[in-house]
Amino acid sequence: MSIILDKVNYVYSEKTAYEIQALRDINLKINDGEFIGIIGHTGSGKSTLIQHLNGLVKASSGGIYYNGQDIYDADYKLKELRGKVGLVFQYPEHQLFETTVFADVCFGPRNCGLSRKDSELKAFTALKSVGLSEDYWYRSPFELSGGQKRRAAIAGVLAMEPEVLVLDEPTAGLDPKGRDEILDLVAKLHRERQMTVILVSHSMEDVGKYVQRLIVMNRGSVMYDGTPAEVFSHYRELEEVGLAAPQVTYLMHELRGRGIPANGVATTLEEAKQSILQAFSEKLSVQSNA
Amino acid sequence: MLRDITIGQYYPADSVIHKLDPRTKLMATMIYILSLFIFRSLAGFAAVTLGLFLVILLSKVPIGYMVKGLKAIVVILLITVIFNLFLTPGETIWSFWKLRITEEGLRNAAFMTVRLIYLILGSSILTLTTTPNQLTDGLEKSLRPLNKIRVPVHEIAMMMSIALRFIPILIEETDKIMKAQLARGADFESGNLVKKAKAMVPLLVPLFISAFRRANDLALAMEARCYHGGEGRTKMKPLKYKGVDGVAYLLIAAYFAAVILLRRFL
Amino acid sequence: MNFIEARKLVHEFIRRDEDDNVESILTALDGVNLDVKEGEFVAVLGHNGSGKSTLAKHLNVLLKPSGGTLWVNGKDVEDADNLWDIRQSTGMVFQNPDNQIIASVVEEDVAFGPENIGVPTSEIWKRVEKSLKSVGMIQYREHSPNRLSGGQKQRVAIAGVMAMEPKCIVLDEPTAMLDPNGRREVLEAVGQLNKEKGVTVILITHYMEEVIRADRVYVMDDGKVVMQGTPRAIFSQVDTLKSYRLDVPQITLLAYELRKAGVPVPEGILTRQELVEALCQLY
Repeated sequence: MSIILDKVNYVYSEKTAYEIQALRDINLKINDGEFIGIIGHTGSGKSTLIQHLNGLVKASSGGIYYNGQDIYDADYKLKELRGKVGLVFQYPEHQLFETTVFADVCFGPRNCGLSRKDSELKAFTALKSVGLSEDYWYRSPFELSGGQKRRAAIAGVLAMEPEVLVLDEPTAGLDPKGRDEILDLVAKLHRERQMTVILVSHSMEDVGKYVQRLIVMNRGSVMYDGTPAEVFSHYRELEEVGLAAPQVTYLMHELRGRGIPANGVATTLEEAKQSILQAFSEKLSVQSNA
Repeated sequence: MLRDITIGQYYPADSVIHKLDPRTKLMATMIYILSLFIFRSLAGFAAVTLGLFLVILLSKVPIGYMVKGLKAIVVILLITVIFNLFLTPGETIWSFWKLRITEEGLRNAAFMTVRLIYLILGSSILTLTTTPNQLTDGLEKSLRPLNKIRVPVHEIAMMMSIALRFIPILIEETDKIMKAQLARGADFESGNLVKKAKAMVPLLVPLFISAFRRANDLALAMEARCYHGGEGRTKMKPLKYKGVDGVAYLLIAAYFAAVILLRRFL
Repeated sequence: MNFIEARKLVHEFIRRDEDDNVESILTALDGVNLDVKEGEFVAVLGHNGSGKSTLAKHLNVLLKPSGGTLWVNGKDVEDADNLWDIRQSTGMVFQNPDNQIIASVVEEDVAFGPENIGVPTSEIWKRVEKSLKSVGMIQYREHSPNRLSGGQKQRVAIAGVMAMEPKCIVLDEPTAMLDPNGRREVLEAVGQLNKEKGVTVILITHYMEEVIRADRVYVMDDGKVVMQGTPRAIFSQVDTLKSYRLDVPQITLLAYELRKAGVPVPEGILTRQELVEALCQLY
């Protein structure tokens, strides 16, 4: 199972004064079970890109294949695709509307044509899996805190039992603890359900810590596509387009520049720590040998 | 999609029309609209056309940009044409089954189409060349006499300018909410009228809640910046008539006289 | 006297049912003491719901204390006659850039504040130009705010406050809705106003990286001030910060972890340069 994007182009407001090419010749293969991060600054095309994955936006040219089927075929059921590729938008305020959280989470499965009972079952499972305390299930979604709303919104998409979960900056506006909680939740869903997860983020530290594969978008094109370590080794090029590597990556490079044999591809705090400790222990053992 | 609507969107350019006082432009627009319903001959039509296109040229707004604004009224235009074409009594020139087209109908349809198109083009010049703020300033000042009969002119003007500022934001937000609900399998298109109306609930609830939150935030922000109504307020750009406005008023008067005379004598 | 002096400031949000009976009381501020000198850069940290925004709204008299005293610019906030003076001397920038821009043209929005306090027209023009220059937005003066980036909109909002020539500017999570570039733009603009124009800055945030430049940091939790001190002193207490749902910048955290593992780097490292220097000296 996979999603394949073949030479996808997208042009906004075509043939007007405001014409913008949002996506340029995107070729991507998203494999089953991957945890992918997409980074890029505002206007780089990352939001437009993920809206192509469930057919919300139709490419101006090029093709998209979900599990080998062309989603632009006349008889392809886009509504079913939206159940399979679950897209959680940045602000939960844009989707919560029902009188209770529980009813709101039922909205997705109901739209997929499930009976009331089946929908409620799915909503139950989804709310459980996002770890929202049952005290909140029958409250108005508008009474929840920012982090809880985010969970409710994710549950609203999970209830459709998607095979792929796409999240557009799910931590925007949350405090540090709230941010970590949401990211841990996403990582858990990936780990426990072998779900394909695509995480759009602004934070290099976050993607460096969680994802296996990192796609960098710039001016509507894929600039880099690889493991975080591979991508962040291009930290100079990233800077030129207004992005940056995680702070620890810079630190490691600067330490190397000063003659400390630190690991240049460390992208997480843990890797950096281990590498520095190792450098120091070698040094100490050399000293004690001499 | 929604953002293609050009009516009402200010088009920045450096032109004589842009520089005119908004009160002058308001007056000119009123006279112009009146003139559209006065002319009835080809000569009158020529005068109005001349006036309109002269102003469009002076305004430096590309004609293609203005014409796009007409897309929104295509349906109304078609209805007008059909009604006038088939329902005007008079000398039949073509008939088929129960339908017949009369000479008068043809004439009426042509004139009404022209009138509607000109109406939209003309009034869009006002909004294209005047910032919403200038426009509301103009209205506020032109309507100031109404203050005497306790019409809250300043408040109305302020509300209008805020509404204009937030329309594009709310349109964009509607688009986002729609996408968020489509992603959850919502369907805004199929089904009968009742079903369609029901499908709007997931769109309208978040939109209204967001609008109320914005209103609340905005009220706080305005208070924090010392807003306390129109009393004691000064203006960065107070309205002042300039020489060019005098010339404009003369031209408007001449134009109006010409249209009236043409109706009487030609 | 300090520019801002709060003593045992209390604010309660009281919810009433239809019969006007008290349904619940939420104590958003619980005995807060705050002192800010003129020209200082003070940061207030706290997780969502810690009471930091409620505190900010008091400084501009958008909310009034339920208990305790608050003096801003030598004036008591309880005295209704001081209202406009305080609002003029202490400007406020909010979280959502869209919801605080009133006009449809950048320069007209900046003029909104001065217009409200009755500044003469010619003076408004001068102030608008000066404030837009001070945040680096002068080239956008005739633009519509709708086509600006988040960081640019927020800088317009700051210019709008600066045009009232305040002594102090309170920023209530000004970067929460911005991308990293926007955040950098806004913080640079704020830092410059503080350094070059001597404007007192009170920055409310939950992004730890943003408070490094501050002279002093207050940490709030559950309506109380629970920590205060220099950024260095605050960031050396990693575990305490974590207990208040906060964290420290990645570099500070790394230095802290290294210390725990036995590498004797000094406490309270704030920047990458500091850590590089410290490690090189040890190596």
